Amino acid sequence: MFSRFLRHPQTLAALSLLLLVALWQLAATLLHNNTLPTPIKVATVLWQAIVSGELPYHLGATLLRLISSFTIAMLLGCAIGVLLGRHKTLDAFFDNWLVIFLNVPALVTIILCYVWFGLIEWAAILAVVINKLPNVIVTIREGTRTLNQDLLEMAQSYRFSRRKTFVHVIWPQLHPFVMAATRSGLALIWKIILVVELLGRSNGMGYQLHLFFQLFDVASLLAYTVAFVAVIQLIEVLLLKPLDKKAQRWRR
Amino acid sequence: MSSIHINIANKTFNADGRQHCAIADLQLKIEPNQFVCLVGPSGCGKTTLLNIIAGLDSQFQGQIALTEQARNPQIGYVFQNPRLLPWHTVRENIELVFEQTPPTQLIDSLLAEMQLADVQAVYPQRLSLGMQRRVSIIRAFAINPDILLMDEPFVSLDAPTARQIRNSLQNLWLQRPHTVLFVTHDLREAIALADRLIFLSASPMQVVGDIVVTIDRQQRDAEQIEQFRQHLLQHFPAINSLL
Repeated sequence: MFSRFLRHPQTLAALSLLLLVALWQLAATLLHNNTLPTPIKVATVLWQAIVSGELPYHLGATLLRLISSFTIAMLLGCAIGVLLGRHKTLDAFFDNWLVIFLNVPALVTIILCYVWFGLIEWAAILAVVINKLPNVIVTIREGTRTLNQDLLEMAQSYRFSRRKTFVHVIWPQLHPFVMAATRSGLALIWKIILVVELLGRSNGMGYQLHLFFQLFDVASLLAYTVAFVAVIQLIEVLLLKPLDKKAQRWRR
Repeated sequence: MSSIHINIANKTFNADGRQHCAIADLQLKIEPNQFVCLVGPSGCGKTTLLNIIAGLDSQFQGQIALTEQARNPQIGYVFQNPRLLPWHTVRENIELVFEQTPPTQLIDSLLAEMQLADVQAVYPQRLSLGMQRRVSIIRAFAINPDILLMDEPFVSLDAPTARQIRNSLQNLWLQRPHTVLFVTHDLREAIALADRLIFLSASPMQVVGDIVVTIDRQQRDAEQIEQFRQHLLQHFPAINSLL
Protein backbone atom coordinates (compact mmCIF):
# COMPACT_ATOMS: atom_id res chain seq x y z
CA MET A 1 0.00 0.00 0.00
CA PHE A 2 2.86 2.32 0.83
CA SER A 3 4.46 1.70 -2.55
CA ARG A 4 1.19 2.65 -4.26
CA PHE A 5 1.13 5.82 -2.19
CA LEU A 6 4.62 6.58 -3.43
CA ARG A 7 3.66 6.25 -7.05
CA HIS A 8 1.89 9.63 -7.09
CA PRO A 9 4.42 12.12 -8.42
CA GLN A 10 3.09 14.88 -6.16
CA THR A 11 3.49 12.79 -3.02
CA LEU A 12 6.96 11.85 -4.09
CA ALA A 13 7.89 15.50 -4.66
CA ALA A 14 6.47 16.51 -1.27
CA LEU A 15 8.35 13.70 0.46
CA SER A 16 11.66 14.66 -1.15
CA LEU A 17 11.17 18.29 -0.12
CA LEU A 18 10.38 17.19 3.41
CA LEU A 19 13.56 15.13 3.47
CA LEU A 20 15.59 18.17 2.38
CA VAL A 21 14.12 20.28 5.20
CA ALA A 22 14.74 17.46 7.69
CA LEU A 23 18.38 17.18 6.61
CA TRP A 24 18.74 20.94 6.97
CA GLN A 25 17.22 20.80 10.47
CA LEU A 26 19.59 17.97 11.41
CA ALA A 27 22.67 19.81 10.12
CA ALA A 28 21.66 23.04 11.88
CA THR A 29 21.08 21.22 15.17
CA LEU A 30 24.42 19.42 14.96
CA LEU A 31 26.30 22.56 13.94
CA HIS A 32 24.52 24.77 16.45
CA ASN A 33 25.94 27.91 14.96
CA ASN A 34 24.68 31.26 13.61
CA THR A 35 25.98 30.55 10.08
CA LEU A 36 23.33 27.85 9.56
CA PRO A 37 20.03 28.79 11.20
CA THR A 38 17.33 26.13 11.55
CA PRO A 39 14.42 25.98 9.09
CA ILE A 40 12.08 27.15 11.85
CA LYS A 41 14.20 30.23 12.51
CA VAL A 42 14.25 31.00 8.77
CA ALA A 43 10.48 30.55 8.56
CA THR A 44 9.99 33.00 11.44
CA VAL A 45 12.24 35.58 9.79
CA LEU A 46 10.43 35.05 6.50
CA TRP A 47 7.06 35.61 8.15
CA GLN A 48 8.26 38.79 9.86
CA ALA A 49 9.72 40.10 6.60
CA ILE A 50 6.42 39.47 4.83
CA VAL A 51 4.29 41.07 7.57
CA SER A 52 6.52 44.14 7.85
CA GLY A 53 6.08 44.69 4.11
CA GLU A 54 9.81 44.75 3.57
CA LEU A 55 10.02 41.54 1.59
CA PRO A 56 7.02 42.31 -0.68
CA TYR A 57 8.53 45.72 -1.46
CA HIS A 58 11.95 44.43 -2.45
CA LEU A 59 10.59 41.32 -4.15
CA GLY A 60 8.19 43.54 -6.09
CA ALA A 61 11.01 45.82 -7.23
CA THR A 62 13.00 42.83 -8.46
CA LEU A 63 10.00 41.22 -10.17
CA LEU A 64 9.23 44.48 -11.96
CA ARG A 65 12.78 44.58 -13.29
CA LEU A 66 12.49 40.92 -14.22
CA ILE A 67 9.26 41.42 -16.16
CA SER A 68 10.39 44.52 -18.04
CA SER A 69 13.82 43.22 -19.02
CA PHE A 70 12.44 39.78 -19.87
CA THR A 71 9.69 41.23 -22.09
CA ILE A 72 12.08 43.51 -23.94
CA ALA A 73 14.66 40.75 -24.42
CA MET A 74 12.08 38.22 -25.65
CA LEU A 75 10.33 40.56 -28.09
CA LEU A 76 13.55 41.91 -29.57
CA GLY A 77 15.20 38.49 -29.53
CA CYS A 78 12.30 36.78 -31.33
CA ALA A 79 12.17 39.46 -34.02
CA ILE A 80 15.92 39.43 -34.64
CA GLY A 81 16.11 35.64 -34.34
CA VAL A 82 13.42 35.11 -37.01
CA LEU A 83 15.14 37.67 -39.24
CA LEU A 84 18.54 36.00 -38.96
CA GLY A 85 17.02 32.55 -39.38
CA ARG A 86 15.33 33.59 -42.63
CA HIS A 87 18.12 35.64 -44.23
CA LYS A 88 21.42 33.90 -44.77
CA THR A 89 23.40 37.04 -45.63
CA LEU A 90 22.23 38.95 -42.57
CA ASP A 91 23.01 35.91 -40.46
CA ALA A 92 26.52 35.53 -41.86
CA PHE A 93 27.12 39.24 -41.28
CA PHE A 94 25.93 39.38 -37.68
CA ASP A 95 27.04 35.94 -36.53
CA ASN A 96 30.32 37.28 -35.14
CA TRP A 97 28.51 39.95 -33.14
CA LEU A 98 26.40 37.27 -31.54
CA VAL A 99 29.40 35.19 -30.60
CA ILE A 100 31.08 38.23 -29.05
CA PHE A 101 28.01 39.29 -27.06
CA LEU A 102 27.36 35.72 -25.94
CA ASN A 103 30.82 35.62 -24.42
CA VAL A 104 30.99 39.01 -22.72
CA PRO A 105 30.74 38.29 -18.97
CA ALA A 106 27.50 39.54 -17.41
CA LEU A 107 29.45 41.49 -14.84
CA VAL A 108 31.29 43.46 -17.53
CA THR A 109 28.06 44.52 -19.23
CA ILE A 110 26.59 45.61 -15.90
CA ILE A 111 29.61 47.66 -14.91
CA LEU A 112 29.86 49.25 -18.35
CA CYS A 113 26.17 50.20 -18.36
CA TYR A 114 26.50 51.82 -14.94
CA VAL A 115 29.73 53.61 -15.94
CA TRP A 116 28.29 54.89 -19.22
CA PHE A 117 24.75 55.75 -18.17
CA GLY A 118 24.99 56.22 -14.42
CA LEU A 119 23.37 54.32 -11.57
CA ILE A 120 19.86 54.67 -12.97
CA GLU A 121 16.95 52.32 -13.46
CA TRP A 122 17.05 51.93 -17.22
CA ALA A 123 20.80 51.33 -17.21
CA ALA A 124 20.08 48.39 -14.90
CA ILE A 125 17.37 47.07 -17.23
CA LEU A 126 19.55 47.61 -20.29
CA ALA A 127 22.35 45.62 -18.71
CA VAL A 128 20.03 42.67 -18.14
CA VAL A 129 18.58 42.89 -21.65
CA ILE A 130 22.05 42.94 -23.24
CA ASN A 131 22.95 39.86 -21.25
CA LYS A 132 19.85 37.92 -22.24
CA LEU A 133 19.29 39.06 -25.82
CA PRO A 134 22.00 37.00 -27.61
CA ASN A 135 20.65 33.87 -25.96
CA VAL A 136 17.11 34.44 -27.21
CA ILE A 137 18.35 35.32 -30.70
CA VAL A 138 20.41 32.14 -31.01
CA THR A 139 17.57 29.90 -29.80
CA ILE A 140 14.94 31.48 -32.05
CA ARG A 141 17.34 31.52 -35.00
CA GLU A 142 17.81 27.76 -34.65
CA GLY A 143 14.03 27.37 -34.49
CA THR A 144 13.54 29.44 -37.62
CA ARG A 145 16.15 27.43 -39.49
CA THR A 146 14.27 24.22 -38.81
CA LEU A 147 10.93 25.55 -40.08
CA ASN A 148 9.23 22.98 -42.27
CA GLN A 149 9.59 24.15 -45.88
CA ASP A 150 6.82 21.83 -47.05
CA LEU A 151 4.25 23.49 -44.81
CA LEU A 152 5.40 26.95 -45.87
CA GLU A 153 4.94 25.92 -49.50
CA MET A 154 1.50 24.60 -48.68
CA ALA A 155 0.62 27.97 -47.12
CA GLN A 156 1.97 29.77 -50.16
CA SER A 157 0.09 27.63 -52.68
CA TYR A 158 -3.18 28.14 -50.77
CA ARG A 159 -2.45 31.88 -50.60
CA PHE A 160 -2.35 32.24 -46.82
CA SER A 161 -1.94 35.87 -45.83
CA ARG A 162 1.27 36.83 -44.02
CA ARG A 163 -0.62 36.99 -40.75
CA LYS A 164 -2.26 33.61 -41.24
CA THR A 165 1.06 32.05 -42.22
CA PHE A 166 2.71 33.40 -39.11
CA VAL A 167 -0.06 32.47 -36.68
CA HIS A 168 -0.93 29.03 -38.05
CA VAL A 169 2.25 27.77 -39.73
CA ILE A 170 5.31 29.50 -38.27
CA TRP A 171 4.42 30.26 -34.64
CA PRO A 172 3.38 26.70 -33.65
CA GLN A 173 6.75 25.48 -34.93
CA LEU A 174 8.64 28.20 -33.06
CA HIS A 175 6.71 27.64 -29.85
CA PRO A 176 9.01 24.98 -28.31
CA PHE A 177 11.99 27.23 -28.98
CA VAL A 178 10.26 30.24 -27.46
CA MET A 179 9.43 28.16 -24.39
CA ALA A 180 13.04 27.01 -24.15
CA ALA A 181 14.21 30.62 -24.41
CA THR A 182 11.65 31.63 -21.78
CA ARG A 183 12.73 28.99 -19.30
CA SER A 184 16.47 29.49 -19.69
CA GLY A 185 15.78 33.22 -19.86
CA LEU A 186 13.99 33.43 -16.54
CA ALA A 187 16.70 31.37 -14.85
CA LEU A 188 19.45 33.54 -16.30
CA ILE A 189 17.75 36.90 -15.85
CA TRP A 190 16.91 36.65 -12.19
CA LYS A 191 20.47 35.72 -11.37
CA ILE A 192 21.79 38.69 -13.32
CA ILE A 193 19.24 41.05 -11.83
CA LEU A 194 20.50 40.28 -8.32
CA VAL A 195 24.00 41.31 -9.36
CA VAL A 196 22.67 44.43 -11.08
CA GLU A 197 20.85 45.40 -7.89
CA LEU A 198 23.77 44.54 -5.68
CA LEU A 199 26.05 46.82 -7.68
CA GLY A 200 23.94 49.86 -8.28
CA ARG A 201 20.37 49.95 -6.99
CA SER A 202 18.99 50.93 -3.61
CA ASN A 203 16.14 48.42 -3.55
CA GLY A 204 15.36 44.89 -4.73
CA MET A 205 16.51 41.45 -3.67
CA GLY A 206 20.12 41.97 -4.70
CA TYR A 207 20.38 45.11 -2.60
CA GLN A 208 18.89 43.33 0.41
CA LEU A 209 21.15 40.29 0.04
CA HIS A 210 24.15 42.61 -0.01
CA LEU A 211 22.90 44.22 3.17
CA PHE A 212 22.44 40.86 4.91
CA PHE A 213 25.92 39.84 3.82
CA GLN A 214 27.38 42.92 5.49
CA LEU A 215 25.29 42.32 8.63
CA PHE A 216 26.14 38.61 8.55
CA ASP A 217 22.40 37.88 8.76
CA VAL A 218 22.20 34.37 7.28
CA ALA A 219 18.63 33.75 8.44
CA SER A 220 17.30 36.72 6.43
CA LEU A 221 19.47 35.72 3.50
CA LEU A 222 17.93 32.24 3.45
CA ALA A 223 14.42 33.61 4.06
CA TYR A 224 14.68 35.87 1.00
CA THR A 225 16.10 33.02 -1.08
CA VAL A 226 13.20 30.75 -0.13
CA ALA A 227 10.69 33.45 -1.06
CA PHE A 228 12.36 34.11 -4.38
CA VAL A 229 12.67 30.47 -5.41
CA ALA A 230 9.01 29.98 -4.45
CA VAL A 231 7.92 32.85 -6.71
CA ILE A 232 9.92 31.50 -9.68
CA GLN A 233 8.37 28.07 -9.10
CA LEU A 234 4.91 29.63 -9.04
CA ILE A 235 5.58 31.28 -12.41
CA GLU A 236 6.60 27.88 -13.78
CA VAL A 237 3.58 26.03 -12.43
CA LEU A 238 0.90 28.65 -12.96
CA LEU A 239 2.06 30.20 -16.23
CA LEU A 240 4.61 28.17 -18.20
CA LYS A 241 3.31 24.63 -17.65
CA PRO A 242 -0.29 25.43 -18.68
CA LEU A 243 0.98 27.36 -21.72
CA ASP A 244 3.11 24.40 -22.71
CA LYS A 245 0.30 21.93 -22.21
CA LYS A 246 -2.09 23.97 -24.33
CA ALA A 247 0.38 24.27 -27.18
CA GLN A 248 1.41 20.62 -27.09
CA ARG A 249 -2.05 19.05 -26.98
CA TRP A 250 -1.88 17.93 -30.61
CA ARG A 251 1.20 15.79 -30.02
CA ARG A 252 0.71 12.06 -29.69
CA MET B 1 -12.43 26.28 -64.86
CA SER B 2 -9.21 27.33 -66.44
CA SER B 3 -6.95 26.36 -69.28
CA ILE B 4 -3.21 26.26 -68.82
CA HIS B 5 -0.60 27.23 -71.39
CA ILE B 6 2.74 25.91 -70.33
CA ASN B 7 5.79 27.26 -72.07
CA ILE B 8 9.03 26.55 -70.27
CA ALA B 9 12.14 27.39 -72.25
CA ASN B 10 14.58 26.29 -69.62
CA LYS B 11 14.59 25.14 -66.02
CA THR B 12 17.88 24.19 -64.44
CA PHE B 13 18.81 23.17 -60.94
CA ASN B 14 22.04 23.00 -59.06
CA ALA B 15 23.39 19.69 -57.82
CA ASP B 16 26.92 19.04 -56.60
CA GLY B 17 27.88 22.47 -57.87
CA ARG B 18 26.85 21.59 -61.44
CA GLN B 19 23.95 22.90 -63.45
CA HIS B 20 21.50 20.26 -64.57
CA CYS B 21 18.80 20.92 -67.10
CA ALA B 22 15.49 19.60 -65.74
CA ILE B 23 13.09 20.95 -68.34
CA ALA B 24 13.95 22.29 -71.78
CA ASP B 25 11.58 23.70 -74.35
CA LEU B 26 8.39 22.23 -72.94
CA GLN B 27 5.12 23.37 -74.47
CA LEU B 28 1.75 22.07 -73.39
CA LYS B 29 -1.80 23.33 -73.58
CA ILE B 30 -4.27 21.95 -71.09
CA GLU B 31 -7.96 22.47 -71.94
CA PRO B 32 -10.46 23.70 -69.34
CA ASN B 33 -11.98 20.92 -67.24
CA GLN B 34 -9.67 18.34 -68.68
CA PHE B 35 -8.40 15.59 -66.41
CA VAL B 36 -4.80 15.15 -67.49
CA CYS B 37 -2.43 12.53 -66.16
CA LEU B 38 1.29 13.18 -66.42
CA VAL B 39 3.13 9.87 -66.61
CA GLY B 40 6.90 9.65 -66.40
CA PRO B 41 9.80 8.10 -64.52
CA SER B 42 10.66 9.34 -61.04
CA GLY B 43 12.98 12.29 -61.03
CA CYS B 44 11.90 13.48 -64.47
CA GLY B 45 10.74 16.81 -63.06
CA LYS B 46 6.99 16.27 -62.69
CA THR B 47 6.91 17.75 -59.21
CA THR B 48 9.02 20.67 -60.42
CA LEU B 49 6.49 21.27 -63.19
CA LEU B 50 3.58 21.30 -60.70
CA ASN B 51 5.49 23.66 -58.40
CA ILE B 52 6.07 26.02 -61.31
CA ILE B 53 2.37 26.01 -62.21
CA ALA B 54 1.44 26.55 -58.55
CA GLY B 55 3.74 29.56 -58.42
CA LEU B 56 6.01 28.00 -55.79
CA ASP B 57 8.99 27.99 -58.12
CA SER B 58 9.75 31.05 -60.22
CA GLN B 59 13.38 30.21 -61.05
CA PHE B 60 12.82 29.30 -64.70
CA GLN B 61 12.76 30.82 -68.16
CA GLY B 62 9.44 30.85 -69.89
CA GLN B 63 5.90 31.46 -68.81
CA ILE B 64 2.78 29.84 -67.49
CA ALA B 65 -0.44 31.42 -68.71
CA LEU B 66 -3.75 30.61 -67.10
CA THR B 67 -6.95 31.70 -68.86
CA GLU B 68 -8.25 35.21 -68.54
CA GLN B 69 -11.61 34.16 -67.04
CA ALA B 70 -9.73 33.51 -63.89
CA ARG B 71 -7.10 36.17 -63.62
CA ASN B 72 -6.18 35.05 -60.19
CA PRO B 73 -7.15 31.41 -60.39
CA GLN B 74 -7.58 29.33 -57.29
CA ILE B 75 -5.15 26.46 -57.22
CA GLY B 76 -5.72 23.35 -55.15
CA TYR B 77 -2.54 21.40 -54.59
CA VAL B 78 -2.49 17.84 -53.29
CA PHE B 79 1.13 17.26 -52.41
CA GLN B 80 2.84 13.90 -52.36
CA ASN B 81 3.01 14.14 -48.59
CA PRO B 82 -0.30 15.36 -47.17
CA ARG B 83 1.30 18.49 -45.62
CA LEU B 84 -1.38 18.96 -42.99
CA LEU B 85 -0.75 21.25 -40.04
CA PRO B 86 -0.27 18.79 -37.15
CA TRP B 87 -1.44 21.33 -34.53
CA HIS B 88 -4.85 21.70 -36.18
CA THR B 89 -7.62 19.14 -36.33
CA VAL B 90 -8.79 17.62 -39.59
CA ARG B 91 -11.63 20.11 -39.89
CA GLU B 92 -9.48 23.10 -38.93
CA ASN B 93 -6.97 22.07 -41.59
CA ILE B 94 -9.70 22.21 -44.22
CA GLU B 95 -11.31 25.40 -42.93
CA LEU B 96 -8.00 27.21 -42.79
CA VAL B 97 -7.64 27.46 -46.58
CA PHE B 98 -10.63 29.79 -46.77
CA GLU B 99 -10.14 33.51 -46.54
CA GLN B 100 -13.73 34.15 -45.49
CA THR B 101 -16.18 32.00 -43.57
CA PRO B 102 -15.68 28.38 -44.59
CA PRO B 103 -18.69 26.68 -46.27
CA THR B 104 -19.90 24.36 -43.53
CA GLN B 105 -22.26 22.28 -45.65
CA LEU B 106 -19.76 21.71 -48.42
CA ILE B 107 -17.10 20.60 -45.98
CA ASP B 108 -19.60 18.29 -44.27
CA SER B 109 -20.49 16.63 -47.55
CA LEU B 110 -16.85 16.28 -48.60
CA LEU B 111 -15.99 14.72 -45.26
CA ALA B 112 -18.88 12.31 -45.68
CA GLU B 113 -17.88 11.41 -49.25
CA MET B 114 -14.33 10.64 -48.08
CA GLN B 115 -15.63 8.80 -44.98
CA LEU B 116 -13.88 11.14 -42.59
CA ALA B 117 -16.88 12.63 -40.80
CA ASP B 118 -16.06 10.71 -37.60
CA VAL B 119 -12.51 11.96 -37.35
CA GLN B 120 -12.98 15.63 -38.17
CA ALA B 121 -12.05 16.69 -34.63
CA VAL B 122 -8.93 14.51 -34.53
CA TYR B 123 -5.36 15.71 -34.97
CA PRO B 124 -3.77 14.45 -38.21
CA GLN B 125 -0.95 12.53 -36.53
CA ARG B 126 -3.48 10.13 -35.07
CA LEU B 127 -4.69 9.17 -38.55
CA SER B 128 -3.29 6.67 -41.02
CA LEU B 129 -1.45 7.98 -44.05
CA GLY B 130 -4.40 7.07 -46.26
CA MET B 131 -6.75 9.15 -44.13
CA GLN B 132 -4.33 12.07 -44.09
CA ARG B 133 -4.16 11.88 -47.88
CA ARG B 134 -7.95 12.05 -48.07
CA VAL B 135 -7.94 15.13 -45.84
CA SER B 136 -5.48 16.83 -48.14
CA ILE B 137 -7.68 15.95 -51.13
CA ILE B 138 -10.71 17.46 -49.40
CA ARG B 139 -8.69 20.56 -48.60
CA ALA B 140 -7.84 20.98 -52.28
CA PHE B 141 -11.40 20.28 -53.43
CA ALA B 142 -13.11 22.46 -50.85
CA ILE B 143 -11.86 25.75 -52.27
CA ASN B 144 -13.48 24.81 -55.59
CA PRO B 145 -10.21 25.29 -57.44
CA ASP B 146 -9.89 26.40 -61.04
CA ILE B 147 -6.90 24.12 -61.30
CA LEU B 148 -6.24 21.04 -59.22
CA LEU B 149 -2.65 19.80 -59.03
CA MET B 150 -2.12 16.30 -57.66
CA ASP B 151 1.35 14.89 -57.11
CA GLU B 152 1.19 11.09 -56.87
CA PRO B 153 -1.45 11.31 -54.15
CA PHE B 154 -1.91 7.54 -53.91
CA VAL B 155 1.69 6.42 -53.88
CA SER B 156 2.64 4.01 -51.05
CA LEU B 157 -1.00 3.23 -50.25
CA ASP B 158 -2.26 -0.35 -50.36
CA ALA B 159 -4.28 -1.20 -53.45
CA PRO B 160 -7.79 -1.32 -51.88
CA THR B 161 -7.31 2.04 -50.11
CA ALA B 162 -5.93 3.60 -53.27
CA ARG B 163 -8.88 2.26 -55.27
CA GLN B 164 -11.36 3.58 -52.73
CA ILE B 165 -9.85 7.09 -52.65
CA ARG B 166 -9.57 7.03 -56.44
CA ASN B 167 -13.30 6.33 -56.72
CA SER B 168 -14.11 9.12 -54.28
CA LEU B 169 -11.88 11.47 -56.24
CA GLN B 170 -13.63 10.53 -59.46
CA ASN B 171 -17.06 11.09 -57.88
CA LEU B 172 -16.06 14.49 -56.58
CA TRP B 173 -14.59 15.49 -59.90
CA LEU B 174 -17.68 14.35 -61.84
CA GLN B 175 -19.88 16.44 -59.54
CA ARG B 176 -17.70 19.53 -59.89
CA PRO B 177 -15.32 19.21 -62.81
CA HIS B 178 -12.27 21.40 -63.06
CA THR B 179 -8.89 21.28 -64.73
CA VAL B 180 -6.73 18.58 -63.17
CA LEU B 181 -3.06 17.79 -63.57
CA PHE B 182 -2.43 14.44 -61.97
CA VAL B 183 1.11 13.09 -61.69
CA THR B 184 1.57 9.34 -61.47
CA HIS B 185 3.77 6.57 -62.72
CA ASP B 186 1.06 3.98 -62.44
CA LEU B 187 -0.28 3.53 -65.97
CA ARG B 188 -3.45 1.69 -64.86
CA GLU B 189 -4.28 4.47 -62.44
CA ALA B 190 -3.73 7.03 -65.17
CA ILE B 191 -6.01 5.21 -67.61
CA ALA B 192 -8.69 4.84 -64.93
CA LEU B 193 -8.80 8.57 -64.21
CA ALA B 194 -7.68 10.59 -67.19
CA ASP B 195 -9.21 12.20 -70.25
CA ARG B 196 -5.75 12.61 -71.63
CA LEU B 197 -2.37 11.02 -70.92
CA ILE B 198 0.86 12.92 -71.37
CA PHE B 199 4.01 10.82 -71.28
CA LEU B 200 7.19 12.56 -70.19
CA SER B 201 10.82 11.54 -70.46
CA ALA B 202 13.59 12.52 -68.10
CA SER B 203 16.61 14.86 -68.21
CA PRO B 204 15.52 17.09 -69.70
CA MET B 205 11.80 16.55 -69.47
CA GLN B 206 10.15 16.19 -72.85
CA VAL B 207 6.74 15.14 -74.12
CA VAL B 208 7.07 11.74 -75.77
CA GLY B 209 3.40 10.89 -76.05
CA ASP B 210 0.07 12.72 -75.85
CA ILE B 211 -2.88 10.35 -75.92
CA VAL B 212 -6.62 10.76 -75.40
CA VAL B 213 -8.25 7.99 -73.38
CA THR B 214 -11.12 6.94 -75.59
CA ILE B 215 -12.95 4.57 -73.20
CA ASP B 216 -16.13 5.98 -71.74
CA ARG B 217 -15.71 6.86 -68.07
CA GLN B 218 -18.59 4.64 -66.96
CA GLN B 219 -17.06 1.58 -68.62
CA ARG B 220 -13.57 1.78 -67.22
CA ASP B 221 -13.43 -1.52 -65.38
CA ALA B 222 -10.24 -3.48 -64.78
CA GLU B 223 -10.61 -5.42 -68.02
CA GLN B 224 -11.10 -2.33 -70.19
CA ILE B 225 -8.22 -0.57 -68.53
CA GLU B 226 -5.92 -3.55 -69.04
CA GLN B 227 -6.90 -3.77 -72.70
CA PHE B 228 -6.18 -0.12 -73.24
CA ARG B 229 -2.86 -0.47 -71.44
CA GLN B 230 -1.79 -3.41 -73.62
CA HIS B 231 -2.83 -1.47 -76.67
CA LEU B 232 -0.73 1.50 -75.60
CA LEU B 233 2.34 -0.58 -74.84
CA GLN B 234 2.06 -2.33 -78.19
CA HIS B 235 1.69 0.77 -80.29
CA PHE B 236 3.99 3.05 -78.35
CA PRO B 237 6.87 0.87 -77.15
CA ALA B 238 8.69 4.01 -75.99
CA ILE B 239 6.30 4.12 -73.02
CA ASN B 240 7.87 0.97 -71.58
CA SER B 241 11.07 2.78 -70.77
CA LEU B 242 9.17 5.45 -68.83
CA LEU B 243 7.42 3.20 -66.35
